[in-house]
Amino acid sequence: MAIERQWLSSLPLPNGALEAVQRRGRELLRSSSMPQNSQEEWRVTDINQLNNLLALPLSYAINKPLNTNTNRWPNEPVNGLRIVLDPHESSINNLGLPKGISMLSALELEQNLGHTLEQCSCKGDWPVAINHASANQVLALKIQGRDLPPIELVIKSTPDSFNPTRVLLILEEKARIDLLQVILGENNSAESHIVEIHLGQEAEINHGFLALGDNQSRLLSHLAIEQEPRSHYSFTSIQHGWSLGRIEPHIVQVHGQAKTTLKGLQVSSDKQQLATHSYVRFNGPDGQLDQLQKAAAEGESHCIFNGAVDVPRIAQKTNAAQLSRNLLLSKRARIDTKPELKIIADDVTCTHGATVTQLQAEELFYLRSRGIGPNQATSLLFRGYCQDIIETLPVEANRWDCLNNLMSTLPNDV
Amino acid sequence: MIKQDSDLLLEISDLHARVEDQPILKGVNLTIRAGEIHAVMGRNGSGKSTLSKVIAGHPAYTITSGTVRFEGKDLLSMEPEERARSGVFLGFQYPVEIPGVSNLEFLRVATNSRRVEIGEEELDTFEFEDLVKERLHMVQMNPAFLDRSVNEGFSGGEKKRNEILQMALLEPTVSILDETDSGLDIDALRVVANGVKKLAKANTATVLITHYQRLLNEVTPDFVHVMDAGRILRTGNKELAIELEQTGYDWVDKASKKKVEN
Repeated sequence: MAIERQWLSSLPLPNGALEAVQRRGRELLRSSSMPQNSQEEWRVTDINQLNNLLALPLSYAINKPLNTNTNRWPNEPVNGLRIVLDPHESSINNLGLPKGISMLSALELEQNLGHTLEQCSCKGDWPVAINHASANQVLALKIQGRDLPPIELVIKSTPDSFNPTRVLLILEEKARIDLLQVILGENNSAESHIVEIHLGQEAEINHGFLALGDNQSRLLSHLAIEQEPRSHYSFTSIQHGWSLGRIEPHIVQVHGQAKTTLKGLQVSSDKQQLATHSYVRFNGPDGQLDQLQKAAAEGESHCIFNGAVDVPRIAQKTNAAQLSRNLLLSKRARIDTKPELKIIADDVTCTHGATVTQLQAEELFYLRSRGIGPNQATSLLFRGYCQDIIETLPVEANRWDCLNNLMSTLPNDV
Repeated sequence: MIKQDSDLLLEISDLHARVEDQPILKGVNLTIRAGEIHAVMGRNGSGKSTLSKVIAGHPAYTITSGTVRFEGKDLLSMEPEERARSGVFLGFQYPVEIPGVSNLEFLRVATNSRRVEIGEEELDTFEFEDLVKERLHMVQMNPAFLDRSVNEGFSGGEKKRNEILQMALLEPTVSILDETDSGLDIDALRVVANGVKKLAKANTATVLITHYQRLLNEVTPDFVHVMDAGRILRTGNKELAIELEQTGYDWVDKASKKKVEN
């Protein structure tokens, strides 16, 4: 609690476009307590890492580093639009947006910011509150029409600092777009990232979320998604390399009749702790969910998945399938996976399953019996394991060489 | 084709093996020379599949005594991949499905492992595609199966064709085909059998593990061995397989008992 108070008092006075949001976030934090292991949603989280995160200065309040590490960045997409959220750029303007993609006006921002978080009942969540208390800018875009160039949104971090960023997307009726978000952790950086997406009727988004940490970096990200009927939200997340990583996709089908596809892969090593806490609620009939969450844990790392699905009485004819598949690559690694289905409606099809396995001995032997050495065989099997998640990312993700990044997790002596 | 002076390829002497605490092989002796086709028959649980897996180096089996020499080398001291690269091939009774691993990529990596061992250049993607297309004809396999994951969603027949395709690419010296005929319809059996016949050369040998005469109608064995209780009980020529088809395995119990008494 003292750490949180100290952090709050270190923040600059509320100001700018998000002044009111900052005030509300700070008030909320003052009246609540830090996450504790006694709370179900933080039960197995390394709370010390959260404390460390709050000890860092705000990225936009410190001097811009002299050297910016963009070595890991591929060239800009040829047919797409790259937007970089940089904590040292005080405002997001002059993005050179193509037809069909526009910035929200001040009035539209006021009307829409926080609306989806409200719908998803997550305004009071701690990761949301610390972002509200500290974020000083928001990228707010309106998407209209189809055949739009894909957006690549890169969230740039600064070493040894806490970097709060926020995005709001409004997809108008029948709009369609590919969005690839890339969040890159740096040495001892901490990312607090919030995304709100509203999908109008028949809107579609293929949302890739590449969260690639590095050297003691931390990530707390919360996504609030609101779907109107006949919309399709497809989300693929890859989480890797954070000492503490947490992705919280919360989706509400406001009147049912929409389709949600969630694919996630988290690959942990060393002493990392990576978590995905998803929540999907059907507020109407005929909704669909297809969810596959995978994790692979190496070294002494820890992967966590909590998958809540809420099907109230009004959500008849819901068809939801959730599968959690986990791979333990080391005897000291740990996996916690918990499906949580709350089903009140009586005419639904809801399935869920969870597996925790090691690399299959028979698959390994089959490859070795064809002359393939154990390291190469393991590598092939691991690639295979990751492949069906990676291939659902927007095509622009290939440029980020995600698979090879994940392969570096594998030990050399397997 | 029996030639007494042909090269000795595989020599199994008094081989004993167990899985966990259960002894399975209890003294197998078998000599295989270049150019020969052997059939190993026997009832379920007689040790046929265990023999094939032990030769391929399956880690679930422990060798308790005996030797296996391949081209004069101690096969049992080699890792499974070393055995395969050296020219020992096991066609699986139940080929494993490996989701996410491209069949084409798997075949290329396996083929290059073997090529490096025998001093040939590795093939790049384009060169390998040419080779694999040529070998696909041998097993009349749809090229679409190359783009799928290894054996995933393949029918029983397609899996067995994929096994013979691997054999065709790896060009092994000794091939052991464990019930390659099981689950095949007549046409598929003929395709697989033709592939096996084409790949049988004067300097290679083939061991067919089977329950049925129908495969041996297509591929004529030089020797037929009958296994029971972890040993080879009787060896004969192709007539023995015909006899087994007609009389079954009842005589095996008597012969086995007699062998134990002796």
